[in-house]
Amino acid sequence: MSSLSPKRPAQARTWVDRLETLLTTAPVHLVVIVIALLWTLPTAGLLISSFRQPDALLTSGWWSVFVPPLDPTQFHLGNYITVLTRQGMGQAFINSLIITIPATVMPIAIATFAAYALAWMQFPGRQLLFVVIVGLLVVPLQMTLIPVLRAYNSLGLSGTFLGVWLAHTGYGMPLGIYLLRNYIGTLPRDLIEAAAVDGASHLKIFTRIVVPLSTPAIASFAVFQFLWVWNDLLVALVYLGGNQEVAPVTLVLRNLVGDRGQDWHLLTAGAFISMVVPLLVFLGLQRYFVRGLLAGSVKG
Amino acid sequence: MQDTANLMRLLSAIAAIVLGSGGIIALFYGANWLVNYLPYGLRSRVLPWVYMTPALAVLAAFLILPTIRTLIISFMDRRSEAFVGLDNYIFAFTNSAMLIAFRNNLLWLVLVTGISVSLGLVIAVLVDRVPYEPLAKALIFLPMAISFVGASVIWRFVYAYQPPGFEQIGLLNAIVVALGFEPVGWLVNRTVNNFALIAIMIWLQTGFAMVLLSSAVKGIPQDVIEAARIDGANEFQIFWRITIPMINSTIVVVSTTIIVLVLKVFDIVFVMTGGNLDTDVIASRMIKEMFNFRNFGRGSAIAVILLLAVIPVMVANIRRFQQQEANR
Repeated sequence: MSSLSPKRPAQARTWVDRLETLLTTAPVHLVVIVIALLWTLPTAGLLISSFRQPDALLTSGWWSVFVPPLDPTQFHLGNYITVLTRQGMGQAFINSLIITIPATVMPIAIATFAAYALAWMQFPGRQLLFVVIVGLLVVPLQMTLIPVLRAYNSLGLSGTFLGVWLAHTGYGMPLGIYLLRNYIGTLPRDLIEAAAVDGASHLKIFTRIVVPLSTPAIASFAVFQFLWVWNDLLVALVYLGGNQEVAPVTLVLRNLVGDRGQDWHLLTAGAFISMVVPLLVFLGLQRYFVRGLLAGSVKG
Repeated sequence: MQDTANLMRLLSAIAAIVLGSGGIIALFYGANWLVNYLPYGLRSRVLPWVYMTPALAVLAAFLILPTIRTLIISFMDRRSEAFVGLDNYIFAFTNSAMLIAFRNNLLWLVLVTGISVSLGLVIAVLVDRVPYEPLAKALIFLPMAISFVGASVIWRFVYAYQPPGFEQIGLLNAIVVALGFEPVGWLVNRTVNNFALIAIMIWLQTGFAMVLLSSAVKGIPQDVIEAARIDGANEFQIFWRITIPMINSTIVVVSTTIIVLVLKVFDIVFVMTGGNLDTDVIASRMIKEMFNFRNFGRGSAIAVILLLAVIPVMVANIRRFQQQEANR
């Protein structure tokens, strides 16, 4: 840019420009840092508080731990032990895993087969079917709760893991088919036709070519579905009902807010337990998550 | 005892994972094998349906048929025994609690969409110019991984209230008191409680908007911006005249995604206030009608209203998809 102001003497230009750069970029740094800090503080406060003594939590703010003298002995793991063993969070954590893993694997398998058929097989009604699936992307879950709950009650599926797995499989299906069909549809036609000419069956093309090449898309959908199911409250609340035996972390945490709303040592530790798995998945697989977001997704 | 029970659960979970995923794959292989015994001509006609059927079955069972059923139930009484015409809809549009829910939902839609998209856009443009971009982005994006329930607990703690004279443990009230004001009951004070809930959603969604908009901003060709600079445009002119028009389609996609999400917002209200003190939204009213009042007719009518509200988005999505197909 400096080359664009030829009237200024060379010596003054560098000095003025340096000041100018500093003055113009300082607000940018300030805004970015302040926002990043604002966005982090609430979570940081929760995390710090979850290690503090129960009575200290109620008499001083979490920021007071930064006031000298810094005392590392004021932190302890007792809140976590209490909430895991006495408040059912340990059980809930296992339940969340039991709910989430099959509810992620099942829709992936079903959606990948369907996406392949929609992208590379000829059959009547193919386009129409995909249009219907695109339409289903934004259907609110609320539209389905009452009839599915009634069916579950008469089939004995309410309050069972199987019921929740199937429900999440159904609710995740439009997004899964949509993402995967768009990706699988862009695989090189030559590759798939060459394999077909060589006499490979559809199943062989699917397992040997399509699935390995579609790993990034499958991973994106897997991260989406995993986070969605782990973080879900509504589906668990409606289909699992009050059955504490099968309740996931979100449901137990919600009940904790209702019953022990002022016991901050339990709430902070419980909330962090409910967040740790999605945070790890997110940090580890952020690349795939972002790619899934960029693929343009509108989930119902 | 507890340990054996947990062990049993873990074992059954592993069994379920193996059965659930393995079973589905075995189903596909088995069906494929059976199809091989069909005459050739028939085979290629049957095979696509073998691949499609499980997907179609769950779509029909969990989305298509229940949606139709809910439409029907919305015209029936609380136990779905007799038709009541439009009664449930008349209730939904005249009941005072429902009207408050509509007002709140509108507030949510305007504020969450407007603020998270514009803030996300500003951050996307600014973060492009700092060397620590990945870190700043990760910190702002991180709340995306947190559940609505988890976020509710985080913010309940930020909003925590102690009576005047006591040490404030909530960050926000500590700041308010430090500035010399009385502490505010953020969740019970009717003039601020809705905004306190809306702030949580903005916190959750700004990162999403930022990530999508940031990749769009980076997609703007550098020479266009350079050309504008040479022509003497300042940064604000570049932002308004070049950046925004060039990423317009992304702004629309991000906004509609957030609108659809906010329309159905439920968890935050349910956990934070239970919809009390005038904080109800449409989706939390629906759950109340369904569970607390056991009125399936009214609950269904409210759900149908939500569906009607997303139909424009649905149509836009289908149009966008058809254009995309035509360009292939």
